[in-house]
Amino acid sequence: MNGISNFLATRWGIILVGAIIGILAPILQKLGNPPNMGICVACMERDIAGALGFHRAEVVQYMRPEIIGFVLGSFISALLFKEYRPRGGSAPFIRFILGMFAMIGALTFLGCPWRSILRLAGGDLNAIFGLLGLVFGIFIGTIFFRMGYSLGRSQGFPYKAAGLGFPFLMLVCLVLLLIDSPLPGTNKGEFLFFSIKGPGSQHAPIFISLLAGLFIGILAQRSRFCTMGAFRDVILFRQFHLFLGVASFFIAALITNLILGQFNPGFENQPIAHTMQLWNFLGMALAGLCFALAGGCPGRQLFLSGEGDGDAAIFATGMIVGAAVAHNFGLAASPKGIGPHTPEAILLGFIVCIVIGLTMRVKKA
Amino acid sequence: MPEVVDARGLSCPEPVLRTLKAIKALGQGELEIWVDNPTAKENVIRAAKTSGWNVVEIKELPDSIKLVIKK
Repeated sequence: MNGISNFLATRWGIILVGAIIGILAPILQKLGNPPNMGICVACMERDIAGALGFHRAEVVQYMRPEIIGFVLGSFISALLFKEYRPRGGSAPFIRFILGMFAMIGALTFLGCPWRSILRLAGGDLNAIFGLLGLVFGIFIGTIFFRMGYSLGRSQGFPYKAAGLGFPFLMLVCLVLLLIDSPLPGTNKGEFLFFSIKGPGSQHAPIFISLLAGLFIGILAQRSRFCTMGAFRDVILFRQFHLFLGVASFFIAALITNLILGQFNPGFENQPIAHTMQLWNFLGMALAGLCFALAGGCPGRQLFLSGEGDGDAAIFATGMIVGAAVAHNFGLAASPKGIGPHTPEAILLGFIVCIVIGLTMRVKKA
Repeated sequence: MPEVVDARGLSCPEPVLRTLKAIKALGQGELEIWVDNPTAKENVIRAAKTSGWNVVEIKELPDSIKLVIKK
């Protein structure tokens, strides 16, 4: 008995999905998205937090259609393939806190696992330290899992509407983006903020971004693509299935960047990056640990949210709030380096994660 | 009666961790695993096969999925 009838969840399926995302991301960059940021879940959620006015960092405010597409694409796919299943209740507030610290860690490095791979595929060698940090953070997470760490069981909800909240929120965000535009000479529309300079002002045309997001959302929901799980499964089970998807993502992005003339190797003057390698490492180590403890990378959390997983939606919301906290309290890095209070925030994040990892354990698995 | 692993409601990677733990404890025989989503089903099947176990039954119920593996 084979048991897996879903092609995208097979070895060649995940390789195909990784390659498609790896090709689409640099193309989105070519069409206007920020450099080495064709797709960055953390950065794009940070831009959404800015667009909603949760933080006032004027250079990173834009309602990113890719994120909306990820959730709605996954939602459509889950409905089509009868995998939509409203559920939740597995330590939701702990997941919110993990989402916040994941974002604080990611904004120290300036990217999520997706962007760390895309940065390397664009020649940004600082990303090596971020990736090493990511793997280290995930490794710490696997130690907790071996010790019996668990956030407990989620419950399936008997009412279908229970899983609609996050997809509906994304739909509202899309409507706001489509009906709103900045007032002349300002960065503020009727509802949203729109960066007029900096990364937030750089974006591909709305409908291309949205379509790419929807397409990736559908593919990722079916294939279970997860950039954190890729490394976790290798460390924990010597299982290379998800890793093949991430490897294919990197190779496809590298080749596409070479073809499009977007590959610029080096450490210095890389776009939206800094060279404080210790903090690149520690930032992604914290983010990796948070993703591991929450059971998925930031993209995977969005795809799960689309399937009706309320716990994943809470993690994603935690990331958006974390972005606001990071920018409002001087925790986020910039190309000049880390923020004035980054070290305290990263230290606090590690302490919180270790307490969560050590205290939330089942004695008998 | 086969050994039973109830992994319903657990997030990744717990269904696979529990399955592998049971596989290791059992050595050989029959193992019944309960999950509640297709991702966990696929992951458990992959882990079982990698460990040299065969999937002999997959039963999809409205709220859960029953897997039986054997070695």
